[in-house]
Amino acid sequence: MPTIVVEVMPKAELLDPQGKAVAGALGRLGQTQFSDVRVGKRFEITIDGPADAAALAAVAELADTVLSNSVIEDVVGIHVVEPAN
Amino acid sequence: MRIGVVTFPGSLDDRDAQRAIRLAGAEPVALWHGDHDLHGVDALVLPGGFSYGDYLRCGAIASLSPIMTEVIDAANKGMPVLGICNGFQMLAEAHLLDGGLIRNEGGRFICRDQQLRVENTSTDWTGGFTTGQEITIPLKNGEGAFIASADTLARLEGDGQVAFRYLGVNPNGSLNDIAGVTNARGNVVGLMPHPEHAVEAGFGPDTADAMRSGTDGLTFFTSVIERALVGA
Repeated sequence: MPTIVVEVMPKAELLDPQGKAVAGALGRLGQTQFSDVRVGKRFEITIDGPADAAALAAVAELADTVLSNSVIEDVVGIHVVEPAN
Repeated sequence: MRIGVVTFPGSLDDRDAQRAIRLAGAEPVALWHGDHDLHGVDALVLPGGFSYGDYLRCGAIASLSPIMTEVIDAANKGMPVLGICNGFQMLAEAHLLDGGLIRNEGGRFICRDQQLRVENTSTDWTGGFTTGQEITIPLKNGEGAFIASADTLARLEGDGQVAFRYLGVNPNGSLNDIAGVTNARGNVVGLMPHPEHAVEAGFGPDTADAMRSGTDGLTFFTSVIERALVGA
């Protein structure tokens, strides 16, 4: 069964305290070449049947209305992962 | 007057809200998130807590609950609705209020008695305050930073929809120190601090007079009762 992947990130202009905390930890590990970290979400949605245009349209709708909140987040990617045979 | 308090999976302050309603002089009615029934209440409180463990986004899954169909419908028809903390997050997720709540700047969970300034006394829940009144009620959350787009923020400020502002040091990075907002009609109000925890002397925030004597939160509930009496 294919999986539809939806990726959501906090809006670029917003402070991301979670990413900031991770970036701080990297710095404390001596990894000073990394200037910033932002933390987002990845949803893997399994579908019974083909990931056709209708399914992708349904996921796109859900990505905007449920999986993300457009006030604070952006949907940055929707793509299909076919199962390896 | 009968005021409903909706309990969601993970609600914590539903019983405190019911108690505050009773102390203010109204009858609290326990409502259940999975029902499609408001039991004929005259007003609604969405209480604080961590519905669905704050999964997805704070308040997001709760805002899709069965009862929210009726809550949104009632709110749009003018029923007074108060969202406290997680309830505020639900109202924002349900688009009944503008803006959104994100993790506190600094990443810390903050629990303290918080001074606020009442900015709008024309809402259903703030009529008993005077404009500019300074009140103290508890604040306790990890994701209470209010944010909105520049356009939305300008509109909220211009239209007087900022209901409460933090006084002193901004606790969480909320834009313009916003602690709570109202919709344009004034019937839907949401705020991060908890008025239901400041309703009875002996159990509220400290005041200059005595320890734990603060009852500023009671005015939220007496305001909506008075508003209903005037309207009746």
